[in-house]
Amino acid sequence: MQSNVKASPSRWAQFKDSHFWHSFKKDKIAIVSFTIFALILSASLLAPVLAPFDPYDLTQVDIMDAEIPPNWQENGDERFVFGTDSQGRDMWSTILYGTRISLMIGVCAVLLQAFLGIVIGLIAGYFGGKVDNFLMRLADIQLSFSTLMVAIIVLAVFQAAFGAELYQELALFMLIMVIGIAEWPQYARTVRATVLAERKKEYVDAARVIGLRSNRIMFRHILPNTLSPVLVISTVQIANAIISEASLSFLGLGMPPSKPSLGSLISSGFEFIFSGSWWITIIPGIVLICLVLVVNLLGDWMRDVLNPKLYKG
Amino acid sequence: MTALVNIKNLYKKFPIHGDWLDQISFANGRFHMKREYVHAINGVSLDVQKGEALCVVGESGCGKSTVARVVMGLLSPSGGEICYEGQRIDHLSSNAMMPYRRKMQMIFQNPYASLNPRMTIKQTLEEPIRWHQPKLATGELKDKVAEVMKSVGVDPSWGERFPHEFSGGQRQRISIARALIVDPEFIVADEPISALDVSIQAQVLNLLMDAQEQRGLTYLFITHDLSVVEHFGTRVAVMYLGSLCEVTTARKLFAAPRHPYTQALLSAIPRLEDEKPDFIRLKGEVPTPVNLPSGCVFHGRCPHANDRCKREVPVLREVDGTQVACHAVEEGRLD
Repeated sequence: MQSNVKASPSRWAQFKDSHFWHSFKKDKIAIVSFTIFALILSASLLAPVLAPFDPYDLTQVDIMDAEIPPNWQENGDERFVFGTDSQGRDMWSTILYGTRISLMIGVCAVLLQAFLGIVIGLIAGYFGGKVDNFLMRLADIQLSFSTLMVAIIVLAVFQAAFGAELYQELALFMLIMVIGIAEWPQYARTVRATVLAERKKEYVDAARVIGLRSNRIMFRHILPNTLSPVLVISTVQIANAIISEASLSFLGLGMPPSKPSLGSLISSGFEFIFSGSWWITIIPGIVLICLVLVVNLLGDWMRDVLNPKLYKG
Repeated sequence: MTALVNIKNLYKKFPIHGDWLDQISFANGRFHMKREYVHAINGVSLDVQKGEALCVVGESGCGKSTVARVVMGLLSPSGGEICYEGQRIDHLSSNAMMPYRRKMQMIFQNPYASLNPRMTIKQTLEEPIRWHQPKLATGELKDKVAEVMKSVGVDPSWGERFPHEFSGGQRQRISIARALIVDPEFIVADEPISALDVSIQAQVLNLLMDAQEQRGLTYLFITHDLSVVEHFGTRVAVMYLGSLCEVTTARKLFAAPRHPYTQALLSAIPRLEDEKPDFIRLKGEVPTPVNLPSGCVFHGRCPHANDRCKREVPVLREVDGTQVACHAVEEGRLD
């Protein structure tokens, strides 16, 4: 027994020495994606500082400024870098605020999905038998309705029942709830599959022999060992949630025009795209595509790192 | 001498039929439900005496690990009873079981799976004490962990490390430390050394024997390695296809095996100087535990089987201080 006593390194030093960090440094796509994602994220978080106008403040909006093209074009106005939309709002400011809303819906909806899915998946996988059967059939039923269909029905019924006024106030909350609840089976299935594999390992038996309660075994022992697949699907799900929100907004069931997300911006510009005002649709569209693309690329990279057994195509 | 653990007429079967749709089968012109079970343990009765190391031996699939798991309450028996110090424990709720959890601990076979990969060694070792003695002061807790780590030969300063930083032998030492840390009286060891290197096996075995001496432990030791039994066991129970063949002291077993299966098993130990003059070759294979043979489970392969063996299940009977379940031994046909 040699005594090579080593002080335990700090968290940061551990991270810098990890496989995760090394493979990140080697992967150019991951670095570029992460940089772009970080830029978009910080720009949207700093929107009140970066944006020259407040698109929610009606006193700063002048209808006479409507549909001004980006400033590098003819008739451009140097106040509005990316031009203005049909109501005269500065596109640059509106995109910053819209990205913020899109990201917030994406992240919050995924948090809700993850919470529901992890709890249900853990319970189904750990207890098995009838509980498992019941919960997984529930997941199958939920999956047999497409997210968009559920969202359209719920949001349309809500709008019809409680009026557009209330809907505009609660749109953000409703979108998070609908997208969050509609997609939990993705998590539940992944977590359940991992739990089924982990449950058979002897450390779980050891915890049972100690006499620990099921809750503690599930959340303290099994859950930490199921987190890497959860992390991977989370990135894909964030991208999906952002797209779902954009689709719903495009269909007029998402964020109201007074508080536009990227999707509702695209939708509001769609009416003008053939009259020449392409920037109202195209610019938020590019931002949306970039955002979803980098999140997906990061997710792909993360899947390869955390799951080295997968062959890269 | 009173028995610490009594296993009384234990049965365990595992269903292998699917859900109710899979069970429906069509035969002889009508539908009926077909249920199939693997009969892992069939009427095992065993007493573990205080202070002994009772080894359970047998080939793979004979149900020895299932016995260990049922005794520890990881599986519930299909029939029979488990008693600890005379109290029945196999049907207790997890709350009522708590006092026994401190007294009974288990060491597992695979040191690579039996430690939680996301917990440091210190967390793994502190958890059982925190759970069973929540009032213990942090200082005492740390002393206790350090003391147990030292006693199993693991440097206490390694506590911050994760299991993957250790070798198999060191991990098994840590597993043993986790079992010892709640000061148990009775330890079930399910093939604790079979996944280890031969050179490490002896070290870990000696560690287990030292712990037995210092702490007055009782072992139920599951193994398939007869040389381990010779070295470690005070008494031996030989299992075949979920039933006990012979229960006796280790010395008697190696000197004079009584049951035909035990004789065949012992003759199969490879020896260096041996030309295998009296090697007993058994015919056939172990029957499937799904459809157990009638009568004695060994009758299909036993050179001494007769009609009675095919009809009647033999029970353990005391013969010259050895418990043997064999009609031939009972009738004196073997001599």
